[in-house]
Amino acid sequence: MIKNLNLLFVGVGGQGVLTASDIAAQVGLDLGLDAKKSEVHGFAQRGGVVESHVRWAPRVGSPTCEEGTVDVLLSFELLEAARWLSFLKPGGIVIVNRQKIMPMSVSVGNAVYPAEDAILAALRQRAGTVIAVDALPLAGQAGNPRTVNTIMLAALAALLETDPAVWEAAILRRVPAKYTEVNKIAFRLGQQAARGLPTDKQLEAES
Amino acid sequence: MKRLLSGNEAFALGAWEAGVQYAAAYPGTPSTEILENFARYPGVKAEWASNEKVALDNAIGASFGGARAMAVMKHVGVNVAADSLMSVSYTGVKGGLVLISADDPGAFSSQNEQDNRQYARFGKFPCFDPSDSEEARQFMRVAMEVSEQFKTPVLMRSTTRLSHSKSAVEATVPDKREFQPLPPFERETEITRVILPAIARQRHPVIEQRLLDVAQWAETTAFEQGINRIEWNDKTLGIVTTGIAYQYAHEVLPHASIFKLGMSYPLPLRAIRDFAAQVETLIVLEELDPFVEEQLKAAGIAVAHGKDIFPICGELTLAKVRKGVVKAELITNGKWQMANGEWQMANGEWQMANGESPVTDYQLPITVPPRPPALCPGCPHRAFFYALSRNKRKVVIPGDIGCYSMGVLPPFEAMDMLISMGAGIGMGHGFKQAGGQEGVVTIIGDSTFFHAGMAPLASAVYNKANIVVAVLDNRITAMTGQQHHPGTGTTLQGEEGKLIDIAEVVRAMGVTYVEEVNAWDVNALNKALRAALQHEDGPAVLIVRGACVFTPHFHYQPRMRVDLEKCVACGACFRVGCPAILKSDVIYPTNNKPKSSIDPLLCTGCTVCMQVCPTQAIAPIEEG
Repeated sequence: MIKNLNLLFVGVGGQGVLTASDIAAQVGLDLGLDAKKSEVHGFAQRGGVVESHVRWAPRVGSPTCEEGTVDVLLSFELLEAARWLSFLKPGGIVIVNRQKIMPMSVSVGNAVYPAEDAILAALRQRAGTVIAVDALPLAGQAGNPRTVNTIMLAALAALLETDPAVWEAAILRRVPAKYTEVNKIAFRLGQQAARGLPTDKQLEAES
Repeated sequence: MKRLLSGNEAFALGAWEAGVQYAAAYPGTPSTEILENFARYPGVKAEWASNEKVALDNAIGASFGGARAMAVMKHVGVNVAADSLMSVSYTGVKGGLVLISADDPGAFSSQNEQDNRQYARFGKFPCFDPSDSEEARQFMRVAMEVSEQFKTPVLMRSTTRLSHSKSAVEATVPDKREFQPLPPFERETEITRVILPAIARQRHPVIEQRLLDVAQWAETTAFEQGINRIEWNDKTLGIVTTGIAYQYAHEVLPHASIFKLGMSYPLPLRAIRDFAAQVETLIVLEELDPFVEEQLKAAGIAVAHGKDIFPICGELTLAKVRKGVVKAELITNGKWQMANGEWQMANGEWQMANGESPVTDYQLPITVPPRPPALCPGCPHRAFFYALSRNKRKVVIPGDIGCYSMGVLPPFEAMDMLISMGAGIGMGHGFKQAGGQEGVVTIIGDSTFFHAGMAPLASAVYNKANIVVAVLDNRITAMTGQQHHPGTGTTLQGEEGKLIDIAEVVRAMGVTYVEEVNAWDVNALNKALRAALQHEDGPAVLIVRGACVFTPHFHYQPRMRVDLEKCVACGACFRVGCPAILKSDVIYPTNNKPKSSIDPLLCTGCTVCMQVCPTQAIAPIEEG
């Protein structure tokens, strides 16, 4: 049973990063631990860098994680995983959505978005485990592109020594009833993706 | 049952539990969600005021009528309210009066890092300093009691990290509460609330005595109520700490004794002196200014370390606190291990228990491009800044605070000065009247116009300053997350208010040149700017009308696409700075540059890129 856990959720404004981190903090409470979360969202409404820290412990002090101490870095965007990598403890876990969202600096031609291989290599150099998830296509497969955050949380739940049912219940409490089924599917797909099991689509393609 | 609440949600809950009946605020990060949450509780009146001084004045009136009242603002908003704040300290209050100031160490979304605890000493009233959401909730009730017992306004000081962090709070279920009319107003027999010079002179000694009385409360009742407390532990090191810094003290130095101040002014100096006498080394850990440290030193209490090892600038973090205590050699020989054994000292360096140093100077092997903030796709400010950037060589541009502050960033780079809310018009006026030879285009928003734009405009009209005043009216207070204001006609609690039309106000103030322009019409904006710059005989006002994309007034239109046959990769569309416009994989051979493409998920169909494209390569996607 986990006693201490530092999570860092990062991504781009509008991706559902803050909702996902809210749910992860609530799961900590549901598991009988103390939990805190803290977020910084830039002053742009959309498209800025978003970071949200979640900590579980018998008693949490600081609401933010220290650099080099994050157990699991969850990045909702490929480049953002690299931006926040220094927060990961050496040998920690990275769960990264392979979706790319071009920063303005790249789209106006002042900077270059690094190659996916280079980003993943950098992540692997520091992390013990890197799980790259195609969360956007999987969310589409589940039936709603807005379930990206459920896919990401499901991947996290699959890797931690916690009961995935607690995670699923916490997610379903947060979503309107009419989206329950879609999120159940998304949760299953996210778990399968993290465990390296073939997804339904791949199974379909193979059959 | 415990629930996770943000500091701001907890302040709202605490205010409601404390019986606050009236509250007013002007939105400002990180304070905004306090009033938004409070407004949802039963039996309360909560209002957006046109600025922070108005909010405080509203709350003072409610307090004088006998209601428990609160005013809420960000740290720099207190500067706006300070005129009334300094004097309501003299008059005293009737119903409890709490001003919540949300400070912003780190200046995540502010123009400075001022430490508003200083206002408490300056204005001679108490300052509470909670360290998590549960304290935010509980301290509100105590603050109201202190306010009424000592007839003093009380400052409740939050910070970004407290306001925007969630921690566990004992949830209460709101009961039904009816809004209560005030009792009949009782006129004072001895005047205190009409603060004429003679009254002020009488009141000054009263508030000096009041401070002594509250300090006595800090020594006694504050401990019974859990506001101040001592956590005894190893006595070789004692830490005096306050606010969020307490959390860092507890985590970095779990074996030290901690004097936790829930109130940073006035201090329980006797109790702290007693604590200091019992520990070998006393340090002060606080964010921003050495506010507590200087008071202790002035009282002759030996402080071994404070701001000599912890930074004054920026937000504190675990790492900064750890660095400070290592620097001062407060941790030696692994004596102060983390409670969970994860960290330990060896050879003057922090190490992981397994011997591996925490990598805090990690060098990423790749370059990560920055992701600076940008105006949203469809933003009604875009075409204005595009037009302004085309004319900027001839003009000086004083700006203001809002999403449009981003006009200073590439690709527009169209802003020359920005100081505070409403300052643009006044600065442009002064620049021009001092002999400025360039044209002046000042920029202000709609909410900002009502906040602090009307007074400087009146002054510019009266003195006939030849400046252009561009009011970017997006029908909402956008940057703080879409709050209503006098120009929207809807109140905080969702009722219909009176909509004030900016054009009517401006005309009534005597402006003879007023033009209203469609925010997405590039040519019209260009023409209007040039014409307004020609105007002489006082300010020319351009009202740029276009609703924020997050309001229901914004109309999505058919999305744009790039015809790659027609695109010549000239880059014109990139100069409108829209996040939806991307480089495609197709290269235009003549200049060897990538042609444009448009992200259909981001595009709102605002047409600004279509208007600036010289080859008509951008057009709406034909639906169906």
